[in-house]
Amino acid sequence: MNASIIKQLKNIVGSERVLTSQEDRLTYAYDGTQLLAQAPEAIVIPQTEKEVSDIVRLANQEKICIVPRGSGTGLSGGSIPLQNSIVLLLNHWNQILEIDEENLTTWVQPGVITEQLHQAVEKRGLFYPPDPSSMTICTIGGNVAENAGGLRGLKYGVTKNYVMGLEIVLPTGEIARFGGKNVKDVAGYNLKEVFVGSEGTLGIFTKILLKLIPKPQSTKTMLALFDSIQQAAKTVSDIIAAHIIPTTLEFLDQLTIRSVEDYARIGLPLNVEALLLIEVDGHPAQVAEEAQKIIEICRSNNASQVQIARDDEEALKLKTARRSAFSALARVKPTTILEDATVPRSQVAPLVVKIQEIAKKYNVLIANFGHAGDGNLHPTGLTDERNSEEISRVEKAFKEIFKTAIDMGGTITGEHGVGLAKKEFLKEWVDPGAMKIMKTFKEMLDPNGILNPGKIFDVKPKCEGKLPA
Amino acid sequence: MSSDTKSPLHHSFAQVEIPDDDILTQCMHCGLCLPVCPTYSLVGIERSSPRGRIRLIKENAAGRLSLTETFIDEMYFCLDCQACATVCPAGVNYGQLVEAARAQIYESKKESGFWLKKFFFRQVFTSFKRLKFLARLLRLYQKWFEPFLKRIGLFRIIPERLVRMQELAPRISDHFFDETISEKTLPTEQPKYRVGMLSGCLMNVMFADINRDTLEVLLHNYCEIITPGEQVCCGSLAAHNGDFEIAKKLARQNIDIFFRLNLDAIVINSAGCSAFMKEYAQLLHGDEKYREKAARITGLTRDVHEFLMEIDFKKPVSPFQSKVTYHDACHLVHTQKISAAPRDLIKSIPGVEYVELDEASWCCGSAGIYNLIRYNDSMKILDRKVKNILQTGADILLTGNPGCMGQIAYGLKKANSPMQVMHPITLLNLAYKNSVRNDQ
Repeated sequence: MNASIIKQLKNIVGSERVLTSQEDRLTYAYDGTQLLAQAPEAIVIPQTEKEVSDIVRLANQEKICIVPRGSGTGLSGGSIPLQNSIVLLLNHWNQILEIDEENLTTWVQPGVITEQLHQAVEKRGLFYPPDPSSMTICTIGGNVAENAGGLRGLKYGVTKNYVMGLEIVLPTGEIARFGGKNVKDVAGYNLKEVFVGSEGTLGIFTKILLKLIPKPQSTKTMLALFDSIQQAAKTVSDIIAAHIIPTTLEFLDQLTIRSVEDYARIGLPLNVEALLLIEVDGHPAQVAEEAQKIIEICRSNNASQVQIARDDEEALKLKTARRSAFSALARVKPTTILEDATVPRSQVAPLVVKIQEIAKKYNVLIANFGHAGDGNLHPTGLTDERNSEEISRVEKAFKEIFKTAIDMGGTITGEHGVGLAKKEFLKEWVDPGAMKIMKTFKEMLDPNGILNPGKIFDVKPKCEGKLPA
Repeated sequence: MSSDTKSPLHHSFAQVEIPDDDILTQCMHCGLCLPVCPTYSLVGIERSSPRGRIRLIKENAAGRLSLTETFIDEMYFCLDCQACATVCPAGVNYGQLVEAARAQIYESKKESGFWLKKFFFRQVFTSFKRLKFLARLLRLYQKWFEPFLKRIGLFRIIPERLVRMQELAPRISDHFFDETISEKTLPTEQPKYRVGMLSGCLMNVMFADINRDTLEVLLHNYCEIITPGEQVCCGSLAAHNGDFEIAKKLARQNIDIFFRLNLDAIVINSAGCSAFMKEYAQLLHGDEKYREKAARITGLTRDVHEFLMEIDFKKPVSPFQSKVTYHDACHLVHTQKISAAPRDLIKSIPGVEYVELDEASWCCGSAGIYNLIRYNDSMKILDRKVKNILQTGADILLTGNPGCMGQIAYGLKKANSPMQVMHPITLLNLAYKNSVRNDQ
């Protein structure tokens, strides 16, 4: 990147907030996604909305790309830089600006870490449900950009259900605000829905207004062990059919259980085929009743054992173990390619079986775990980035898995986003009419294509036919 | 820590410790190490996080990044506290990577202060005689010159760096430990265990009283104690600062000395030393002659709290009234995974009111000689620890490592706190003495 652009960036944020050393550029080349990396030209650390706006205007002027970043833990390549790009680092912007206990809302800066928010609101008897597994480090800004989910998604929904307002710097530099503390508001189009989950391609969040709910009075966490995956999957369907929506209904296969136990050492059984981690919360009487019903359903599906966590500490250990699955699987083989093929929940059992078949077909190792309750599985290919032949077999296997999910009425990504990793599959799932609207939005908001271009989809050139020679 | 290459990428590594390619690949850059890293918490920049440092080492291994000033700085900005390794779900042995990187840096002679380091590790720490000589000089200074210079106001005019250096340095003990005991000490009753005790290099001259307490506690628990006179520094300081050649030399010496003593255990009261001796097996794995002996010594090594819990130590009888809290030394909790034993030991003392410290396993910033060579960073990290400690309202802060004790005492003094800093073994010995006194 030419020196004059760097100089202008330094003029906007101050020279100590523009990083250009080789060491910095190499360490901002990746996020949590395996196999992909690209060094940016510079890393810029803004402190105000005006600075962000100025940087965006400069980008439009000089035709450089901007890649927003929180903690860089995304799983689809949303924060991986592109050629000729700068990383806009937002993790330093980490204040919780306000918790409004009367209106049950909170204004936060994009760099607030999810767990930090959980702790702050729970101290006041409130609750922010979305709990992505990387919550100890992932930022709210990143969560909103990816519409992140988590273990509690089954009952409480995902990030989009909690965004009430946004302040955004648009790809042309204007600052726009929508939403607010009103519980109901239908003035104008529902723009929030477009921007939440836009993966950093439609705008940069500078302030986020989130909805809070009262903290559940009590919780009960259970572990049910099964000798067959089918039994576990049927248990999931039966629980929903009994009109119980647990907070969490997670599935782990044997390989995942073993890896997680190797890390967490909490005494998980190593020889069961499948395990369900189930949590219910709410009023104590309701919790007791639902837990009892769930235990009965597990037993009626031949669960070999059902254990209830003795206290909060043990429950937390179980959930932390589950949240570590993606990384713990690296104990089997170092490169874990985690996907989130999702199907309507009635198809969870058939999908699990199909994944096993596909893994066998390509002779690759695929562990399976995920949010069985909402149909969002995480088949994880276990391989070694130094073995390019095996990697290509894993990629072929996933191509088939995505196709299978789509054929079952599912989607290619339940919560991790499209980013770079799933670009090629998007058109298989998204209807052409919908695709056209998405591209129109992108072209309209970002005419120069400077904000995270090439993520989710590529926008074709505006003219038809051959370009002039 | 073997030096055999595993991939063609190791083209320009010096023939010392090489960052293990399998470990480098094991990191899948998920980022879960970032929230527990003290340096990342200070600056929020990726290269100052474990994930970032691993990437730098990987790029260096692949020949895309040379041993630049920034690279060297980052390898030493890291405290090597290994909180990241504890939390890493993938099981990355981060310690091997950063220590191997430091070995490469040391060999390249590119770091500033290389010659001073080399002098200290090769000349001073390899000889207890020389170390004790320097310690005597320092003691002379501390006892006679320091108070005099203070009185005449010299400290107000000399550079601040020198003032704090000597404020940070613990007091040299009036009597060095090894000069007050014989090689073999027998308990008054029939001994049940025969243990070796590492007097330690710094413990010997600066914390001789803790060694004394350790000796007395072990005697009280039916141990016959051997403290061989020719033992040397365990090698930890050298290894953590890149000089593996000296570390291995010292390790071999200690292995030879302890191996022929026919011991049930080697009991150590300094976390850094017990952690490193437990790594002797790995350190000398490639040495045909020493591989088995090193494994045996590693198998015998015990942290003192761990040992006492194992032998179901005698519980003190009389209450010792005090409100106490406990700081986990990194080399106990992260390297050795010892966190329950010291707490159980402390709680077994009647009358003691134990309150758990927030962020108990967050590094205090001592990190070997880190507080001397990176004072400002060390103090920022210490601030967070002191804040947590003061919140407990305890009378005594307990911790099982001399470096932490010195650092935290310094921090509490700066905060004008009357809180005492003590090794848990000292507390136990006090409780024992109380019980004996009350018996009489």
